[in-house]
Amino acid sequence: MQNKLDRSFIGKKYNPLIFKVTEERIKLFSKATGQTDPLYYDTDFAKRKGHPSLLAPPTFLTTVAYEQEDPYKYVRDLNIDMGKFLHANQEYSYFLSVYAGDTITMHQEIGDIFDKKDGQLQFIVFKSTYYNQNEKIVAKAKSTLVVI
Amino acid sequence: MLWNYKTSKVGDEIPSLKIDPLNLSDLILYAKASGDHNQIHTDLDFAKKSGLPNVIAHGMLVMSFLGRMLTNAVPHSNIVNFSVQFSNMTYLDQALQCSGKVIERSCVDDKEVISVKLIVKDMVGQKKLIGQSSINIDI
Repeated sequence: MQNKLDRSFIGKKYNPLIFKVTEERIKLFSKATGQTDPLYYDTDFAKRKGHPSLLAPPTFLTTVAYEQEDPYKYVRDLNIDMGKFLHANQEYSYFLSVYAGDTITMHQEIGDIFDKKDGQLQFIVFKSTYYNQNEKIVAKAKSTLVVI
Repeated sequence: MLWNYKTSKVGDEIPSLKIDPLNLSDLILYAKASGDHNQIHTDLDFAKKSGLPNVIAHGMLVMSFLGRMLTNAVPHSNIVNFSVQFSNMTYLDQALQCSGKVIERSCVDDKEVISVKLIVKDMVGQKKLIGQSSINIDI
């Protein structure tokens, strides 16, 4: 079983990540998720519908956190074995749409670490806020991982 | 479209979405598109070493199917929030059924909002994800 996670990581802030949203990346994401709505893969169509450019699908922001050399650094920080954690929960609150051409900055911190079932299941909560190039919040997210 | 979110009532089912069985190349493509290269999704040996019988689909890939169902039914920018709880793992070769139901219609700060309960199940009825979304009604 996993050792007890170090609670002193609660509140740890990670360096902001900057992500340039490109048409190519949205198209690839749309293809991989089987999008059938051309708003998410046909720029001309999106523009005809009144959008400035290609629209990013609702879960697209998940890509931002992986846009770094070592996206699983926190796994080692917390002494978790790769392969021994699962995604338990994901929440998004949306404020503005994300489009190709946007530059998104993600601020992320460990919001909580807690356990259930007498410590058999341990949870890590990440809180993220995503800003666009106009310093407006586009979305907030809460991701909970469970260590098994 | 038969169902219209603007006139929807509590109890309405939103148009469902069926997902074909996932294969390994689907997961490899999603790993590339999302940047999530955790090998439990793409490498059978690694998945087995981690105590799993097979590779499992990225939870966020399954969530994206629910997102597709939502944006097929309501305008993207009307979605206020979208959350899921991952209840069971999705393995290769499992077809999925996404569905949703309006559970509340209310007024928040002079804006009408519907709340939708979301579910992804496999073909034997095992729940993979349960979720919720609030959607603004602009009249």
